[in-house]
Amino acid sequence: MNLAELHRKLVAAARSQKPDDRVPYAFEKRITALIEERKAAAWRVQWMRGLWRAAVSCVAVAVVCGAVSLFTPDTNDGGNDLSQDFENTLLASVDQGDSTP
Amino acid sequence: MEERSEAELIAAVLAGDAASFEPFVVKYSPRVFATARRYARRDSEVEDIVQEVWLKAFDKLKSFRGEAPFEHWLMRMAVRTCYDFLRGHQRNRESSFSEISEPEDDWLERFVADPASAPEDADAAKLLIDRVMEKLSPEARLVIQLLEIEDRSVKEIAEITGWSVPLVKVRAFRARGEMRKILARMTKEKYL
Repeated sequence: MNLAELHRKLVAAARSQKPDDRVPYAFEKRITALIEERKAAAWRVQWMRGLWRAAVSCVAVAVVCGAVSLFTPDTNDGGNDLSQDFENTLLASVDQGDSTP
Repeated sequence: MEERSEAELIAAVLAGDAASFEPFVVKYSPRVFATARRYARRDSEVEDIVQEVWLKAFDKLKSFRGEAPFEHWLMRMAVRTCYDFLRGHQRNRESSFSEISEPEDDWLERFVADPASAPEDADAAKLLIDRVMEKLSPEARLVIQLLEIEDRSVKEIAEITGWSVPLVKVRAFRARGEMRKILARMTKEKYL
């Protein structure tokens, strides 16, 4: 059998076939709806990503603060810490009022 | 589409107005459907391919530089999506030719008796070529489709597929060989 001729005939048959270009009803509406849906989903994804980044940053800051407070040498003089100093300052006027006759 | 040029519509889409994309879908969907129907048979598959083409086009619109017409850019994307589809759906390649219908069988018999008597525009010949194309590898099918059926040049195929010109030539050579083997198998199954 002449395969080259068969090849040529079949290719010619395919060429003579006009491609079907029918479009389903309201196809463009379907695509537009899908695009809108994806846009909304993309916004949600962006928000989620932003929130996750913010959460990760907060955790990182907390870890750094914790590490700093744990590993910094204790420079308190006389055992007074910051809260004690703050309280003394705040109540200084009251203490003075008590001591004056 | 006449009121606003394609460039204006693209600018509007990129600025966030998704509705401006609809005129493109209306205008070019017939061509995209015609292309998809060359590679997929079922309506559901064709619709999936076309839908994917449009969603890709929307997502990648930023990369459209406007150097070539939008239609060329879109059709390149359509052919590449069809090629991806072929690679993912290689189901009928290994099947035999035993399920050839009676009109196809008659056409082949006429061809064997006298090649000139078998008409090229017969429906049976079209069914046969569809059957043969389904048995080709995705690369071979794409090359035969573009080079021999759509009559495109090697350079055009290289632009559409993203392959180099020498690679297109090599694949075209292999595709013809693959097709010849399939035709030989078909006739052997039928007449031996």
